Amino acid sequence: MREIILIKNGELALKGLNRSVFEDKMLKNIRRRLADLGKVTFYKSQSTVTLYPESEEFDFEQAMERIGKIFGIAGYSRAAVAPKDFEQIKALCVAYFAQSVYQYKTFKVEAKRSDKQFELKSPEISREIGAVMLQHYPFLKVDVHNPDLVITVEIRDKEAYIRGNQLKGAGGMPVGTSGKGAVLMSGGIDSPVAAYMMARRGLELCAVHFAAPPYTSELAESKVKMLTEKVAAYAGRIELYIVPFTKIQETIRDRCPEEYFTVIMRRLMMEIAGEIAQRRGAKALVTGESLGQVASQTLRALACTDDAAVMPVLRPLIGMDKNDIVAIARKIDTFETSILPYEDCCTVFTPKHPNTKPQVEQVRKAQQQVDWAEMLAEAVEGTKVEVIG
Amino acid sequence: MIYLDASATTPVCPKAAQAVQEVLLHQFANPSSRHFLGVEAAEQLEKHRAVIAAKLGCKTEELFFTSGGTEANNLAIFGAVEAAKKYRSKKRIVVGAIEHASVYESAKQLEARGYEVVWLAPDRHGNIAPAQLAEAIDENTILVSMMYVNNELGSVLPAELVKGIIQAKRSPALFHCDCVQAFCKKEFRAAALGADLISISAHKIFGPKGIGALYVKKGCRVLPRQFGGEQEAKMRPGTQATALIAGFAAAVEDYRTKEYGEAVRHINAYARQALKRLEPVVFNSGENASEYILNFSVKGFRSEIILNYLSAQKICVSAGSACAKGKPSHVMRSVSSDKAIADSAIRLSFSHLNTEEEIDCLLRHLETAVQTLAHE
Repeated sequence: MREIILIKNGELALKGLNRSVFEDKMLKNIRRRLADLGKVTFYKSQSTVTLYPESEEFDFEQAMERIGKIFGIAGYSRAAVAPKDFEQIKALCVAYFAQSVYQYKTFKVEAKRSDKQFELKSPEISREIGAVMLQHYPFLKVDVHNPDLVITVEIRDKEAYIRGNQLKGAGGMPVGTSGKGAVLMSGGIDSPVAAYMMARRGLELCAVHFAAPPYTSELAESKVKMLTEKVAAYAGRIELYIVPFTKIQETIRDRCPEEYFTVIMRRLMMEIAGEIAQRRGAKALVTGESLGQVASQTLRALACTDDAAVMPVLRPLIGMDKNDIVAIARKIDTFETSILPYEDCCTVFTPKHPNTKPQVEQVRKAQQQVDWAEMLAEAVEGTKVEVIG
Repeated sequence: MIYLDASATTPVCPKAAQAVQEVLLHQFANPSSRHFLGVEAAEQLEKHRAVIAAKLGCKTEELFFTSGGTEANNLAIFGAVEAAKKYRSKKRIVVGAIEHASVYESAKQLEARGYEVVWLAPDRHGNIAPAQLAEAIDENTILVSMMYVNNELGSVLPAELVKGIIQAKRSPALFHCDCVQAFCKKEFRAAALGADLISISAHKIFGPKGIGALYVKKGCRVLPRQFGGEQEAKMRPGTQATALIAGFAAAVEDYRTKEYGEAVRHINAYARQALKRLEPVVFNSGENASEYILNFSVKGFRSEIILNYLSAQKICVSAGSACAKGKPSHVMRSVSSDKAIADSAIRLSFSHLNTEEEIDCLLRHLETAVQTLAHE
């Protein structure tokens, strides 16, 4: 039995004249994500992409899992290919659902006939297939309004497709159609979720992580790599930049007022990330900040952070509760990794009484007591890059 | 690379590695098989068991192979408690507060199931006094679990007194002793120690990881925790890890308790002397602790930061037990009420392979760390 995968475009179908740009991008993304699974050919028609594996060993399970994480796809399904002979179509239908049918109680059959020359009309096809299914699986009941299983039979020009329920796609827009952004990736729960959400809006990502060894451990770094890999399953390939941040943190601690430690640190991070982003052609920064979550995420503190940024800072989680963020983290499978114990262990650098209402002017002044230019340049130059996904 | 983490694990000694390979490649048969190859494998297995039993000073039929120390501890505790259900109303268990996580967490489980667990609180250096044992153990006690040598501090606990106290109290209790850090490193015989149950492991003494054993004194009743095979007299069913057992036996044969002990004692004394140069160092290991372990704190410098710093210089040390993976250790918490000391504990654990030069190098880096790193 030959199988194929049918992929339905999502939101991008609405994009008018830009549509082909969006479609091409999506197709390219699918190609790239499935590249190592073997040779496949694609066939585009209206809002559906049909994927024909060329090898017998094509790993359908793996391909379906990956397709489920590619943005721009509304729905997708595996289908069996039958010759255009109705007896064979019926037989294949019975065989194709032999394993999965026992989880369902009710079903209906939908027929689509783009080849109008076919011997039977759509309602007749539905009726006949329904009958043969009932005959083989007598526990099934027909329910045309709310069935557990929808069997779709499509009669195309050269062959027929038989498929079961369509799976819901990841939605959103194809990664790369909204430009590129740099996400500040800490290793906590929020930043991978923020990255995922922006990728879903079509943003191609690179990631910036600030490492402060020995105050942060190598495990924290490998944790960030693991998280980036999980995000990359959705966002596609991500370049991860690891910035050596120790000297800057030590300097903040030694020479800045304690109440501003965190906010000055955030500002310097923005500067470095902005510089890396610019070099990589990214036009925005992405953070996992959520209003009021910690001292550095109050409105005033965010204003201070933004003041140091040279490009828009996108904060997709800004209005979300922690619970909602955790729910997404669980969905994209980053939560368990995020809560591993070794994050920034450095209470050394956390002020005991951070200022939750910092004034931009005062923070600027406090920051200007040190000449950061050289240290910032050094951090950017010392940055290591790793391509993930 | 400088490896000062021998209590976490050791490299496998060449003889043990060879023994493992030999079995993997050639004597690979299932020791339960009836054909000649299986019979040979069974004979080899028993020879290896005899080597380990001889070192522990017990009979071969008292030694049951497990996947390691953690499984041996679990089997001992839950197996003994299960067997003690015949005493019905007796539900007291006495456990040291600084036991390895595999004992500590098992006891927590039993506490949650309604057993009365009496935790023996250690002093500042991880010592437990015999009087505490005498006070805790009563006629309702069904199990005492106390390790011989503590894995984080090296404190040597008064294990050889426990059985006498149990008898004096007319208690039916079994005494389980986790000897993972003591086996081969300390001269002792099972019978003289008086323990009914003893856990040991191969990878602390240059054997492979994944193999350990539980000694169950003849006549003591411990019920199995898993079922489905006749192996290990049904105490621990499942095809024996013959290759790892061969490696375990080879490591035991190869371990020169006295000679290694002297080398390690020297290194430990040298390190203790050297560390005194470091201001504000505090020793968590007492003077009477095992020579294999030296635990200290540099107040204000969190363990993890020092550990990361040394790791970047290719020096391996540990912050408490490797099993705790960065979580604050329950052992350090219970020996020190001073959070600054508990949070900054560093464990050096030695083997005969360590040298004075290595300690000198460690000290140089520690001194730099203390001078340059930001701290609290």
